[in-house]
Amino acid sequence: MSVDTTGSLEIATPEIVEVPASRRARIVSGSVLIVVGVLCAVAFGLGSKAGHDARFRLSPPGAKYTMPNLVVPARIFALVVGIAIAAAGFWRIKKDFSNRAMKWVIALTILFVVSSFLCWSLTGKSATPLDLFGSGGLLGQTIFLAVPLILGALAGVMCERSGVINVAIEGQMLVGAFAGAMFGTISKNAAVGTIAGMLAGAVIAAVLAVFAIKYVVNQVVLGVVLNLLALGLTGFLYDAVMAPNSNSYNNVGTLSVLKIPLLGNIPIIGPLLFDQTIIVYLTYVLIFAVDILLFRTRWGLRTRAVGEHPKAADTVGINVRRTRYINVLIGGMLAGLAGATLTVGDSSGFVKNMTGGRGFIALAAVIFGRWSPRGAVGAALLFGFATSLQTVLSFIGTPVQIPSDLLGMLPYLATIFAVAGLVGRVRAPAADGEPYEGR
Amino acid sequence: MSADGTVKDEIAVPPRGPGRRKSRSETHPLVVIGLSFVTAIVVGGLLIAVTNQPTRNAARHFSSSPGKVFSSAWHAVSAAYIALFEGGVFDPHTFGHGNVWHDFSPLSETLYNATPLILVGLCVGLAFRTGLFNIGAQGQLILGATAAGYVGFTWHLPPVIHLVVALIVGVVAGAVWGGIAGYLKARSGAHEVITTIMMNYVALDLLNYALKTTAFRRPGSNQAISPIVHGTARLGKLLPSPLRVNLGLLIAVAATVGVAWLLTRSRLGFTLRAVGASPTAARTAGMNVGRTYVTSMVIAGGLAGLAGCSQILGGGTNYALTNAVDAGLGFDGITVALLGRAKPWPTVWAGLLFGALRAGSATMQSRTGTSIDLVTIVQSLVVLFIAAPAFVRAVFRLRNASDSGAAALAKGWNG
Repeated sequence: MSVDTTGSLEIATPEIVEVPASRRARIVSGSVLIVVGVLCAVAFGLGSKAGHDARFRLSPPGAKYTMPNLVVPARIFALVVGIAIAAAGFWRIKKDFSNRAMKWVIALTILFVVSSFLCWSLTGKSATPLDLFGSGGLLGQTIFLAVPLILGALAGVMCERSGVINVAIEGQMLVGAFAGAMFGTISKNAAVGTIAGMLAGAVIAAVLAVFAIKYVVNQVVLGVVLNLLALGLTGFLYDAVMAPNSNSYNNVGTLSVLKIPLLGNIPIIGPLLFDQTIIVYLTYVLIFAVDILLFRTRWGLRTRAVGEHPKAADTVGINVRRTRYINVLIGGMLAGLAGATLTVGDSSGFVKNMTGGRGFIALAAVIFGRWSPRGAVGAALLFGFATSLQTVLSFIGTPVQIPSDLLGMLPYLATIFAVAGLVGRVRAPAADGEPYEGR
Repeated sequence: MSADGTVKDEIAVPPRGPGRRKSRSETHPLVVIGLSFVTAIVVGGLLIAVTNQPTRNAARHFSSSPGKVFSSAWHAVSAAYIALFEGGVFDPHTFGHGNVWHDFSPLSETLYNATPLILVGLCVGLAFRTGLFNIGAQGQLILGATAAGYVGFTWHLPPVIHLVVALIVGVVAGAVWGGIAGYLKARSGAHEVITTIMMNYVALDLLNYALKTTAFRRPGSNQAISPIVHGTARLGKLLPSPLRVNLGLLIAVAATVGVAWLLTRSRLGFTLRAVGASPTAARTAGMNVGRTYVTSMVIAGGLAGLAGCSQILGGGTNYALTNAVDAGLGFDGITVALLGRAKPWPTVWAGLLFGALRAGSATMQSRTGTSIDLVTIVQSLVVLFIAAPAFVRAVFRLRNASDSGAAALAKGWNG
């Protein structure tokens, strides 16, 4: 990647100046930690059967180097975790953490509460250890489920960083899934299907771009309408073309799993990360590509300038509209690819409305991840984990029945909390959604 | 105001009262709407023609008999649109056969389908006028239908009272769901589009969860479906059975009158519109912008809740609650509000129009095998085109084609 030669013009990403948390905020967040800690200790510690262990399988069958199963005494673990979290809460109120330390506290709190929840849920009846890292395991499924969300979220980040709101991720994914299935089947080639999916996503994105940038239509209205259009188009074409001839139009072959030599043999993370389909590897590459593109290249600097202050960008000679057009098109291709992962990447046929709100979860990941690629990927992984947990919990008998639908709300609730400023304020690029009336 | 000085408080659908009309000659909005429809219908027709199997077969021999391709395509397209018309307006096939009331069957279906569309359209439109884009009609409708349905199939009350109680509970449930988004906006500035999208899915998950509990699950059924609403809580039919048009239509008309009065004749309505036109100016004038957002979303949510009532108590899903109770109305209602330019009476006409499309689509699918999704395409294209009048004018080479349509200035997430 080119070294940034425009360093002197660098527009700093909006960095929040370190301000000590107010007394009220400290008391509120500290009390929340204490409550969470106590709840964790009581519900998962005292709530699990004494003497029962939670067993996790660390090595999937067929791994080169096997590891023994991880055995955790559920009750003791949850009690220790709960007390530690409550102690952190007291510390927050009495002495306070720095903002940086507080982030770690929150992250570790979530990690350990979820772990103790998992341990608790395994003490129910299942004697078979829970597979964590295999392709069907909890974390393996997380990666699988997160891939379309990650790609969709990256699409959103690309568009919105340049100042165009993309509510149409859902629609772009849907046409991507459709085109992927259709052309992947006709050509009998997964790569062709994937590319067709990307192009289909780009077509919807092109409509979005023209109407948003040239005709200055409200971008949220536009996104909603384009989602409907995509739903109608794919549904119509499915009924008219695909369904009567599903063998010749809706029958993508299986995408083989490629194990990367050496890396795939690393214990634990090898099978998890490097024993996947090519689409997953492509996603890894794209995560880094988008991050580097936005923050380490001239193009990214311009994109962010256009998204924050188009007039200033225009003044220094950046073509605002062109920058936006290109970013929206790239975003559309990413979202189309996200859709193609649902058909081509999953070796499954297209069904009507098969995205089922994944585009909106991706949008939530964009917002929850504060419009940054890394944050969006993290949020997408978190949301993928929530979905994976939902399926895992439905087949291990938890001590108390956990309604999976309520678990499914978590991504949405988390996003509402994030935008409402309950877990730190999120802020969109300043000119996001505002058409530029200049040249 | 944003940093670069552009006014971003304009609502998506600019009010086009006489005072706002520009002095220079401008294409009449109805012309734009008409042309949008024509374009959308043509695009839909092209799709029908391209995907029609006989036409595609004929196209293989295009060089030998090109006329056959066009005649075949024309036949497919006209058959589909004629069936659409017959299903939604007037059907000569069944006219004059037997029961007189059956002659009104297509119209009854149109009115029946239009009822919830009008209510959701009013919901979205009212929020628009306050400068809020309520994408959450779906969630508010689901909550309203769930609550009203629960009252309808669980409680036992005397006839009229039961219906009234169910309606009130449904409206309150929708209003609460809408109000939460309004409260979050007022309290923390959380953008209503984000919160309402998320709350749609929360509502859907809540409904899915509820349908698994004993309180909502139909006894003896292992499917996610509730018991049937008691007869006492159903919206009475206006015409003899099996025509489905019901009291919900009158409620929708009454709601339109109410919203029209509210917006144009009441003090609250003035506040709503003032906040919608410019929150900054409204705040300077001493209005409580935050409270207005909450009020607007509460009323909007109530209207969506009413739409939910008309679904569950009017027989939308055979008087039983399923997770399909929304039936896409939440988002179709947005198109109705956009076509109606967020004004009450135009919203009614838009609702009737899209209601007719919905009613006709079933007939079209059963008679010609054309997918009902064609209607979604036409509907979204119409709204796409009317949202960009400059685009339509450019396509048809009308005057003012250079006008970039700045009136429809969008507002961003931070707005």
